[in-house]
Amino acid sequence: MSKLDGVNLRVVLYEGPGAATLDGDARFEIMSSLLNAGHELTFTTSRDRIDSHGSDFLLVLGRFDERPPDDVSAGNGVVDVLFREVGGLDAEHVLALVNQVTTDSAVRQRGQWKPWFPVIDFDRCTNCMQCLSFCLFDVYSVDADQKITVQKQDNCKTDCPACSRVCPEAAILFPKYRKGPINGDVVREEDLKREAMKVDVSALLGGDIYAALRTRQRDARERFSTERDESRALLERKRCLKKLQDNLDIPDEVLMSLPSAGDIQERAARAKAKNEKRMQRSQTVKDQRPAPSVDDWGI
Amino acid sequence: MESQTTKLVYCNCTYAKVVPEDTKRQVLAQLAAAGVEFDAVADLCDMSARKDPALKRFVDAGDLRIAACFPRAVRWLFHAAGASLDSDKVRVLNMREDKADAIVPLMLRGQTCEAGAES
Repeated sequence: MSKLDGVNLRVVLYEGPGAATLDGDARFEIMSSLLNAGHELTFTTSRDRIDSHGSDFLLVLGRFDERPPDDVSAGNGVVDVLFREVGGLDAEHVLALVNQVTTDSAVRQRGQWKPWFPVIDFDRCTNCMQCLSFCLFDVYSVDADQKITVQKQDNCKTDCPACSRVCPEAAILFPKYRKGPINGDVVREEDLKREAMKVDVSALLGGDIYAALRTRQRDARERFSTERDESRALLERKRCLKKLQDNLDIPDEVLMSLPSAGDIQERAARAKAKNEKRMQRSQTVKDQRPAPSVDDWGI
Repeated sequence: MESQTTKLVYCNCTYAKVVPEDTKRQVLAQLAAAGVEFDAVADLCDMSARKDPALKRFVDAGDLRIAACFPRAVRWLFHAAGASLDSDKVRVLNMREDKADAIVPLMLRGQTCEAGAES
């Protein structure tokens, strides 16, 4: 199950007909504690405006005079509406009550994930796909119109803004980043000049990133066969990663999730074994194939 | 008394510490004390990632005032959730840069107080 799935609950703090009014401080304390626990809420003084806003169910809290109003509509669409009396409860107890309802109702758990993911400014994006080529975690994809889109937000590595740094147009935002323009602040002339100096990953690798990587891999294999020095290679890898980390503000956690030297060697061994097996199979098929007759050659 | 025609939305930016705590607290306290109807969301980023239908409902409601963060970020967060903001109908107030004293009067302008104190 994705971190984003689950039943959605909306809390309504109701002070309309049939319910008493809370004082401003109590109202604030209740709202603050619910929001800090990750709940969405509506404050309303009218039963006509109790709206689900598309949530799966509503939890209506209030200091009800006798019994909760039984004729509220929940806006468009049918949703479950639950009423709870909060008279005499402080903010802490109201939160406990709401949490109990969410536990009993399989509501999506809050706070499981820091919502950190790229947001595209389509006024600036030129659909160059550098972000898609660069991201290691399949966050980006293209839609039916071949337009770049953010598809797997929860694959994004928390606090890593690296893809926004390779965007030549400053079109990728991380609203929770500390600095502009990545945080959504206005893009200034000096930001654009800085963007222009960025490494064009695609151009650097010769346009077709995958072809370039294959060429690099082949060259490296040939070079390693003559001058194999694993410790030197590991040192070089560390040096490159450190440089990348400093330039793109990549958090340690992301580098930690990259494959280790051991993993890479293991993968290489697996790939080699797979390749040998394939070669053997292909040889066996060739051996078993009958020799072509004169007709087969079209003579 | 003016009728309430503008929807108010407050974002608590619960999952990050990028909006000054003091500003968030003061804005929420003053909205709550004013007794006006409003929606308060824990985190617009979280709602955008989930494509929460509430974002579309906010947009469809008409005029909208949002107390959150940078307008460019808010605009594209809504867009990512399939709810494009109409710049003629929406005003985004930035709690990352502006103080509560500047934000609250703009949020409450023309709003009806039905549950107690005057705005």
